[in-house]
Amino acid sequence: MASPALLVEDLSVEFRTRGGIVKALERVNFHVAKGETIAVVGESGSGKSVTAYAVMGILDPAARVTSGRAVLGALDLLKTDRHTLAAVRGREIAMIFQNPRTALNPIRRVGDQIADVLLRHANVTPSAAPKKAVELLETVGITDPARRAKAYPFELSGGMCQRVMIAIALAANPSLLIADEPTTGLDVTTQAIIMDIIAERAKATGMATIFITHDLGLAAERADRIVVMHAGHIVEARPTRDLFAAPRHPYTAALIAATPGPTSQLSDLRTIAGGLPDLRAAELPACRYAGRCARRLEGCAAPLPRVDAAASDALACHNPLPQERAA
Amino acid sequence: MKPEPLLDVAELSKRYVLKPQGSPVARLVRRLKKGPEAAPRLHAVDDVSFTIGRGETVGLVGESGCGKSTLVRLVARLIDANDGSIRLAGQELTHRRARDFATTPERVKIQMVFQDAGESINPRFSAFEAIADPLKRLRGLGGDALRAKVEETATRCGLPLELLPRFSHQLSGGQRARVGIARAISVEPELLILDEPTAALDVSVQVVILQLLEKLKRELGMSYLFVSHDLNVVRLLCDRVLVMYLGKIVETGPAETVFSHPRHPYTKALIAALPDANRPASERVRLAGEIASPVDPDPNTCRFVGRCPLARAECREAMPILEANSSGHAAACHFALPGKAS
Repeated sequence: MASPALLVEDLSVEFRTRGGIVKALERVNFHVAKGETIAVVGESGSGKSVTAYAVMGILDPAARVTSGRAVLGALDLLKTDRHTLAAVRGREIAMIFQNPRTALNPIRRVGDQIADVLLRHANVTPSAAPKKAVELLETVGITDPARRAKAYPFELSGGMCQRVMIAIALAANPSLLIADEPTTGLDVTTQAIIMDIIAERAKATGMATIFITHDLGLAAERADRIVVMHAGHIVEARPTRDLFAAPRHPYTAALIAATPGPTSQLSDLRTIAGGLPDLRAAELPACRYAGRCARRLEGCAAPLPRVDAAASDALACHNPLPQERAA
Repeated sequence: MKPEPLLDVAELSKRYVLKPQGSPVARLVRRLKKGPEAAPRLHAVDDVSFTIGRGETVGLVGESGCGKSTLVRLVARLIDANDGSIRLAGQELTHRRARDFATTPERVKIQMVFQDAGESINPRFSAFEAIADPLKRLRGLGGDALRAKVEETATRCGLPLELLPRFSHQLSGGQRARVGIARAISVEPELLILDEPTAALDVSVQVVILQLLEKLKRELGMSYLFVSHDLNVVRLLCDRVLVMYLGKIVETGPAETVFSHPRHPYTKALIAALPDANRPASERVRLAGEIASPVDPDPNTCRFVGRCPLARAECREAMPILEANSSGHAAACHFALPGKAS
């Protein structure tokens, strides 16, 4: 394996709230290789977005990174100063947000918003920027790009706005793209096109992609590797095909069994007992899934094995499902 | 021999009048040159007919902007139609205006579960008050009878009684969804309209809610009109589906057949867009172009023409009509596939 585009080690994040300290992430370890697409999946509240925000350095002021590093090239993103980080964001790492209409500036034309990024990060001269912005709109499949560049976000459909977001994110040829639920709220037909555009660009430029989603079906189709999160822990990370063929963590198996597929029946789908544990508790169990788990043993109270950030497989469970299951 | 359907919607249309284009001066000049002109109209729902049988679940699918929500609001009698009829158990509902419908005895027969229960429940109401409100207004219940009915409904929906004093923000997503459902079924409607009831929920909770809806239908004998953009969910729950595109129904038939053997090219594309890890990338079909404008569409052109891979000259000369094959699987396309043989 080539050197990873991003290596996250022992990342822990806490939020100070009126109800106490919320331990949102605890020793999160993972990596994404150059040219690789990984999907981070899990229920809401599992820490998917907090992980992305921590890497981007855009956490809420109430949050505090208590341990860990996020290494991009020679730089630890969690320890760099504000100015270096501002230069890296947009140039080296870019992010696409859920709900593009609110992420774009509502009172500026979309062409100007793309040009801003070009001027700031891509060494484009002010006279050349508008033309380059139109070219970028064309590469994300917007028809009549010259006219659309002059439009305001409210004049474009949700799918179009998300294409503009992608054009902005990809303007400076980043080496890492973080896409946080990029197609939630879009139609399936638009979703397929948006995901195609991201995949094509990743393939063409060798860009690494971290793709955050709650849609297991979409992750299965689009990602090389899947990272499963539950209550601020990474519980399992494996290549997509292996993970779906034989999930090893009970939570992964439960998620797959709850997701409706193209041939499943309502009576086949399984529910997941219980909910996420209260992350404000002073003493959280070593395994945060133990309270919902049907395979819990006495030994589950012991600390979980440490996950190696550089490995392509990870499993945080004392009593995993057997390695081979008849498919 | 077909029994009389519960809901019979015939030739229903809803058009919204838009503001004319251009400045007042430009409009005056146009008017002097060309004479009076009709204001542009947005055809949100255009000549839609369908039925729902007793105890049947009918799914309604389509992209955003296709008119799903307008159709649902018409059937729920929240807005008035321009043309057409809505009959519930043989009784015409369109004579009463939507603003007066809340006080008619028919209001209890059609109830609706809205998309995001967190947004649609009054934040100042406790779960108890939210469920009690329609019982007070529509059934005139009060006192012990009201309390007994609310508790019975909550139990039926799997909502623990100790949660009833809580407000919406103190409940989890799944519990809120249960309150939304309990509120709608408390008055024992005959038709329940579900507008994306699980869109805001995690998969683990979604399964529980879908199973609850299935159970309630069995126990109470309601009919469902189920709107969703998630085709996998529609397939799980529905007996029949309606596929809508730009205000028209383009395909309808038994859910299983429509998904396994789609006849209309749009339905085919919609199913092909579903994520499927086992399908090679080369077999993915993509719809090119954008959805056409619903403002004053040409009545003799198929609405799907700009994006359709099969479009030919005839598609611009005559609007295809919904034609069923022998197994009741209908498609509105000049080049519809034969579908599954019965």
